[in-house]
Amino acid sequence: MTLAVRVIPCLDVDNGRVVKGVNFQNLRDAGDPVEMAKVYGEEGADELTFLDITASSGDRETTYDVVRRTAEQVFIPLTVGGGVRTPEDVDKLLRAGADKVGVNTAAIARPELIREIAERFGSQVLVLSVDARRCPEGTVTPSGYEVTTHGGRRGTGIDAVEWAHRAAELGAGEILLNSMDADGTKDGYDTAMIEAVRKHVTIPVIASGGAGKLADFPPAIAAGADAVLAASVFHFGDLRIGQVKEALRGAGHPVR
Amino acid sequence: MSDNPTNPNPTNDNPTNPPNAGTPKKVVVFDYGFGNVRSAERALAHVGAQVEITRDYDKAMAADGLLVPGVGAFAACMNGLRAARGDWIVGRRLSGGRPVLGICVGMQILFGRGIEHGVEAEGLEEWPGTVEPLRAPVVPHMGWNTVKAPEDSRLFAGLDEGERFYFVHSYAVRTWELEVTNPHIPAPKVSWTTHGEPFVAAVENGPLWATQFHPEKSGDAGARLLRNWLDTL
Repeated sequence: MTLAVRVIPCLDVDNGRVVKGVNFQNLRDAGDPVEMAKVYGEEGADELTFLDITASSGDRETTYDVVRRTAEQVFIPLTVGGGVRTPEDVDKLLRAGADKVGVNTAAIARPELIREIAERFGSQVLVLSVDARRCPEGTVTPSGYEVTTHGGRRGTGIDAVEWAHRAAELGAGEILLNSMDADGTKDGYDTAMIEAVRKHVTIPVIASGGAGKLADFPPAIAAGADAVLAASVFHFGDLRIGQVKEALRGAGHPVR
Repeated sequence: MSDNPTNPNPTNDNPTNPPNAGTPKKVVVFDYGFGNVRSAERALAHVGAQVEITRDYDKAMAADGLLVPGVGAFAACMNGLRAARGDWIVGRRLSGGRPVLGICVGMQILFGRGIEHGVEAEGLEEWPGTVEPLRAPVVPHMGWNTVKAPEDSRLFAGLDEGERFYFVHSYAVRTWELEVTNPHIPAPKVSWTTHGEPFVAAVENGPLWATQFHPEKSGDAGARLLRNWLDTL
């Protein structure tokens, strides 16, 4: 009996439609999130993640509606992130049918938010999303990785590994580790960064950014990730969930 | 005891629910503020139950089955449950042999006590035992794991041993302490899962059943399991 490695498709949702672009720019429309969620559920996805990139907070109702309709039809865990700033935002998403909520920028600005959410709803609902990159010229952190904001365009100078560790202590239940260097490249996950974070946190780590081919997935798990997340390779049919699971199984990792 | 006093006209019920032909089973998902009640509602409706989310005493008592969800901290759940008179309702139902299903923290609070962050809280004490931090390299235990169920389990009937269910928890019951020595009382059926160490994954004990994992989030396997419970109501 061993916990299965999770394969998680991520859908970037803007005003109720799925989009995913290279390095978060140049977005392309890849379909209806509810329909895609159903297909992924049937194909054996272990969880689903929606990243709400809707610019205007006034349009959040569309997101809640998408979450609601998805939760009515898909009986696997659903994580929703993007624009979550307060425990009230978390409450609304959970009530709409999300099982977990992703928090990113707002927690960087105010880390206490992590504790507030964990105390009110439990650690298990809180996925801390970390958009990290190797430090560019002129930036130095102990681990060599820094946290970014604004889709990787802005550095914070915060050490990504220390931030993950601190978030876990504040009550995050899971780390979604997104490599901004690898994101959109399809050249594979940043396994060195996964290893660095794995050494310093004991909560689950989800590897994100860079998946392009089947051979990219097992190294992320070998580096210490508990789950692998990918977006465009699934949306455009380059890879199927089942193929990724076969590749993981073939490498000796348990899958569902 | 299983006749439903609030349902004098069963022919009124929707005949189109395929999984449970005939009268749909009425289930109340107990709404005390600490559960993902919508998920439980949808999953039960999906397998043919007639579901209501409420904390209404009469409705919770009258339902064919009562589902007690639970997320968050043990002590907070217990406080919420007591505030909604859930402790009383569960006790009354069980003393009358009426089915109750606890899920996740809704299972944990059925035990004697819980210890979280060094704080000890009393549970409902339906079963002796302690909910303690799970000792494993990575916690929470989050994701799909297998369950070792007894051969004669009704909860896992029709489900293969390799079937996986969705878990998300940091605390668990490591030791099953209830011993039934009276040959006239059926022994509880206890199922186990291992994450770092073995822990109680599910219990079937007379009218009181419970799962540490989330059947409502466990896809087809979870749907089958919920249907198995409905079939006993």
